[in-house]
Amino acid sequence: MCLAIPGKIVEFIPDIRSLALVEVAGVRRRVDLGLLDDDKPAKGDWVLIHVGFAMSKISEQDAIEQMNTLAMLGETEAALQEIRGYGLGEEDSEQPAS
Amino acid sequence: MATAVTSKIRFHEPQIEMAHGAGGKASRRLIEGLFVPLLCESSSGILGDAAHIQMDGVLVGITTDSFVVKPLSFPGGSIGELAINGTVNDLAVSGVKAEAIVVTFVLEAGLPTEILEAEVRAMAKAAKDAGVIIAGGDTKVVEHGKADGMYISTAGIGRTIPGVNINPASVRPGDKVLLSGPVGDHGITILLARGDLDFEADLTSDTRSVLPLVEALVAAAGPGVRWMRDPTRGGMATSLNELARDCRLGVALYEDDVPVRETVRGACELLGLDPFHIANEGQFLAVVAPEHAEAGLAALRAAPGGDNACLIGEIREQPAGSVLALTRYGASRIVDMLVGDPLPRIC
Amino acid sequence: MKFVDEFREPELINKAADEIRRLADPSRHYRLMEVCGGHTHAIYRFGLKDILPENIELIHGPGCPVCVLPMGRIDDGLSMAQDPNVIFTAFGDMMRVPGMNGSPLEHKARGMDVRIVYSPTDAIKLAQANPDRHVMFFSIGFETTAPSTALTLKRAKSLGLSNFSIFCNHVTIIPAIRAILDSPDMRLDGFIGPGHVSTVIGCRPYEWIAANEKKPIVVSGFEPLDILQSIVMLLRQLKNGESRVENQYKRVVPWEGNRAALAAMAEVFQLRPFFEWRGLGFISQSALRIRDTYAEWDAEQRFNVPGLRVTDPKAAQCGEVLKGVLKPAQCKLFGNECTPEHPIGALMVSSEGSCAAYFNYEHRKTAMLTNISASA
Repeated sequence: MCLAIPGKIVEFIPDIRSLALVEVAGVRRRVDLGLLDDDKPAKGDWVLIHVGFAMSKISEQDAIEQMNTLAMLGETEAALQEIRGYGLGEEDSEQPAS
Repeated sequence: MATAVTSKIRFHEPQIEMAHGAGGKASRRLIEGLFVPLLCESSSGILGDAAHIQMDGVLVGITTDSFVVKPLSFPGGSIGELAINGTVNDLAVSGVKAEAIVVTFVLEAGLPTEILEAEVRAMAKAAKDAGVIIAGGDTKVVEHGKADGMYISTAGIGRTIPGVNINPASVRPGDKVLLSGPVGDHGITILLARGDLDFEADLTSDTRSVLPLVEALVAAAGPGVRWMRDPTRGGMATSLNELARDCRLGVALYEDDVPVRETVRGACELLGLDPFHIANEGQFLAVVAPEHAEAGLAALRAAPGGDNACLIGEIREQPAGSVLALTRYGASRIVDMLVGDPLPRIC
Repeated sequence: MKFVDEFREPELINKAADEIRRLADPSRHYRLMEVCGGHTHAIYRFGLKDILPENIELIHGPGCPVCVLPMGRIDDGLSMAQDPNVIFTAFGDMMRVPGMNGSPLEHKARGMDVRIVYSPTDAIKLAQANPDRHVMFFSIGFETTAPSTALTLKRAKSLGLSNFSIFCNHVTIIPAIRAILDSPDMRLDGFIGPGHVSTVIGCRPYEWIAANEKKPIVVSGFEPLDILQSIVMLLRQLKNGESRVENQYKRVVPWEGNRAALAAMAEVFQLRPFFEWRGLGFISQSALRIRDTYAEWDAEQRFNVPGLRVTDPKAAQCGEVLKGVLKPAQCKLFGNECTPEHPIGALMVSSEGSCAAYFNYEHRKTAMLTNISASA
């Protein structure tokens, strides 16, 4: 229902509170950061953009973990079949933060 | 007689909308439902980019086009240059080498001479580059506020390139679909240049004459070239749907093989647009017999400005009359003609 | 494109599809509802049905703000813009949605000053650039879009911008899900939860679905791998007899949502006692209106709104399609009277409406496959 796309903060707009220049694959637009007042993003951070507003910060760490989980889907097939009834753990498994 | 003609009119929409000029389904309804029944006596003419007529035993191609663009100049080109290249391209993809163009200017009172002069210079240069002469013209001036600065209308004429016979009826299952380069550059450049969206990108229009590329393809694949079109308004999707409809076969598109610049993809993802629906001004599509496809593609790639040419699909029996995009993971979707103008969406 | 392309990787898509086939019990038929129209659009755009086993049926939910907006609201908005001093602004999505006397684009063709904006803040800029005109913004959307409208209203107030107003048509997702679940002919096994709404409301508001209705729900991203992974997670829960709220879209959705966004919404909006949803009827406390403290910027309080009600033609079976009782093509009007160019029912008006998505991406494909199997 809502088209939103990841973009990278390339610079802050001087003098204008809560505006930043955000880039999506080479396309740049001023984006309002007012909805991220509780957890202000920094230059270089990735944010989710919807109707010219940054909706949330994108976590690189979570994206990497998700890719790992996805990559393991096939690999763990055999193992999963052996351990019946257990198969929910990997999405929630905590990984070191770095 | 009049009743016989009116009975064929199928266009019953109460007023003209912008969509009727956007090159998609609505344009097609207007042309086929009103213009063709009233203006073309037999329905033999296929609605190609140019008409072929015999004059004293010589086969010539003739086309007309008009240019309405806001802003008048944009990164990579301007209305004057578009007018010449657009006319040359319509003829080129019909297998015709443009020789002469006549031009009508509709100018808005108040247009700075400086801007007009720049556009006329751009036309002169484009004509010289394309090897075509500007043989004449006409000028009209309309009231201030009436014509977005200027409109340009053209007519172009030229001789058929020997050995080419473009006809969708000759298209066969197994034929290959070639594309001369990345799609969407022009339409996205214009959309951003209007400034309403407040987007910036380093992107330029692809406007150019495709005649050298067409000549290279024809020289290499000659009789194997069955169909060509320049996917302007309505984009590649609309041109391929027209092909599918005219040849009553299906077009299978290898979605991931269609070249789209990263910036164009980015803008399309942001705005919810499909790059296949975005206008181009310097690309063309060709259907080539399978045994000529490899040579044709190699020739395109070897020609100046053809290095991004690709094989993007093939003709199949099914889905007859439609375009089906195939993904690398074994899924597919129908690619339809553009409906109305491409509008940015948030949903 | 970072955070996009890696989630469209063909090899991983095939792996995820294999996992789904492995997990799906061939003796069961699964009915999973994707709540959000964005998911519906993605499912068709990426052809995901082609790689799912036949016993997984995806039911398209109510999360398309354009589709569920009653026609009367469009006419109300356009009636305010009959005044030549008013500039009517809206997202591109609204432009082709028909009212009784045509869509905003058709009104534009007849001379109304209608402009497309990408962001509600662009409407503010337009008001600043046209101080002698009034700029009205026709706002639509679920909780994803409502916070941006709220901040826009706050900006208008702090600027003291007197020639700007918003016609508020924001709706909320939870009451719609409740209405679907309350429908007697509805049978669902689980939900693919709306990812972008959840960036704002978080995952807690879905807990009643898991706890009371005993249905698993997985908040999901919008790329092919996101949707497939969410289906994997739903199937695992179903296999284990569980019903929990899970967050597949952790890279974007915080469990608690976005407090700043919720605070902005609470300051500017209040719940309407009830609101009409196209295809679903009246749902109580399912939409937002602008608070009296912002009355000066509320088009409904500033202008005479006729409050038009237009009932959809009886033949249009939008409600049944919306609840998953009928498939789009089973509606009597589908593809004949009702097409994306001439939509009659709610679900054909937006490209993410299930009928329009089905019409654009699927329907000829299905016809073709039927022909092939018939001739084989």
